[in-house]
Amino acid sequence: MWDNIINVFQYDFMVRAIVVGIAVAISSSFLGSFLVLRNYSMIGHGLAHVSFGAVAIALFFDQTPILVTIPIVILASLFILYLSEHSSIGGDASIGLFSSVALATATILASVRGGFSTDLNSYLFGSILLLNTLDVWIAWLVTILVVGVMIFYYDELFVSTFDESYARVNRPQIAQINVVLAVLTAVIITVGIQSIGVLLISAMVIFPGVIALQFRLGFRNTIGLSVGISVFNVLVGILASFALNLPTGSTIVIVSAIVLLCSYLGNNVIQGVEG
Amino acid sequence: MSVQFVANQLNKQFGKQTVMKDVSFSIFKGEFIFLVGPNGGGKSTLIKMMMNILAPTSGSIANHVERIGYLPQVTAKQNRHFPATVEEVVRMGLPKTSMLKKANASEQWQIDQVMERLGITHLKQQRIGVLSGGELQRALLARALVSNPEVIILDEPTSALDPSMRDAFYPMMNELHQQGMTIIIVSHDLASDTHEANRVLYIDQTLLFDGTFNAFCESKDLSPFIHTHAPHGEHHDVG
Repeated sequence: MWDNIINVFQYDFMVRAIVVGIAVAISSSFLGSFLVLRNYSMIGHGLAHVSFGAVAIALFFDQTPILVTIPIVILASLFILYLSEHSSIGGDASIGLFSSVALATATILASVRGGFSTDLNSYLFGSILLLNTLDVWIAWLVTILVVGVMIFYYDELFVSTFDESYARVNRPQIAQINVVLAVLTAVIITVGIQSIGVLLISAMVIFPGVIALQFRLGFRNTIGLSVGISVFNVLVGILASFALNLPTGSTIVIVSAIVLLCSYLGNNVIQGVEG
Repeated sequence: MSVQFVANQLNKQFGKQTVMKDVSFSIFKGEFIFLVGPNGGGKSTLIKMMMNILAPTSGSIANHVERIGYLPQVTAKQNRHFPATVEEVVRMGLPKTSMLKKANASEQWQIDQVMERLGITHLKQQRIGVLSGGELQRALLARALVSNPEVIILDEPTSALDPSMRDAFYPMMNELHQQGMTIIIVSHDLASDTHEANRVLYIDQTLLFDGTFNAFCESKDLSPFIHTHAPHGEHHDVG
């Protein structure tokens, strides 16, 4: 197994997978920490389903998936936000409605057209080992964009995540924050499904933040730790999947679950010892 | 006394529902006001308009205040798992601070002063999740006061406090009032141990009463709204 891991870096596709994996790990965990604390975790799951429907539309019309997926998922994300803030339909219900309609659309289009089901299925579980150089550039550009925007709005994100009603008084720019989060989440999910897959990308958003919260640190340290944990989970997941010949996305999720279990148990034991 | 808020014929509708009708009043520097009324009577809507976060459907409200401190209602939904220390929470009250950087000397002085004033210096590095209801409320009050506001608006400030903490709360408000701060308390409780010059605004869609605390308690027109007339030193529940 160790020989396999040492040999990983001889393969270009593995190097690309690791480089893209690190990019997705950084951006999804940075954003995910805020989503988890705002109780918006499931929006990642819902938007992943929406992006699956959008990929089906792109394949149906023989278009490049990412060019079709990004605008559709951003619009869906903004619409979910609008419904949750301005209608009697709650955020959870809006996410459920959109994800089921998107999955139904994808299934119907695949059934009507036929022939692209194999391509579509590759988006369900991702294909991190099949990425090309353009994918690497896109992943890092998106990561730089997401982290840059989040640092720009850091104060507003921090204050509004803790207490939105107070933030509306104290920070005039707060009205933009939910829109910024909705757009960034849509972009990350769209880029992430290609490598990690529709069914597993929400794990990249949720796990690191939840794990970092177990350590009961201050805010900045929690964000930093969640990014570190996310990179660790992705690296170990990719290397383990290569060494053990397992599906990469699923291995990353299982590694994340093991880290969460260890951190949860570890922290509870420490708390118990401290009394 | 300089005027700080002037509301003129305020009306607010959400869809077809009218929540506020023809409300007019002025608030002057240094007043200590109780804004009371039943649930759904428009109290929260009114304070949102005063803080410029909600626009009236018609009418106008002029706000001549540069810095407003705000203490939202402490509820069970408060984000107690949020990974922040008491000091970080207090620092949120400085609108121009950058939370990514370390507080500068002036900011740190302001934070230390307000924490000392409210007796929470020893909690500085505690995570907010471990605080009691009273400690959390003092931390949030410190956040409201750290920018040295001219007006402080407190939404149901005693709802999360036990009786002994309630008794300690109003003297703290009186002290701030005596230092010249305008205090507006949105509440179901009328504490009779507050300053004698208290003004009461009673709102139930429209402004039904605007006068002194004693006149409000004696008002026969409003007696149906005052469920209990407790003896001096206790609380009057109007909600």
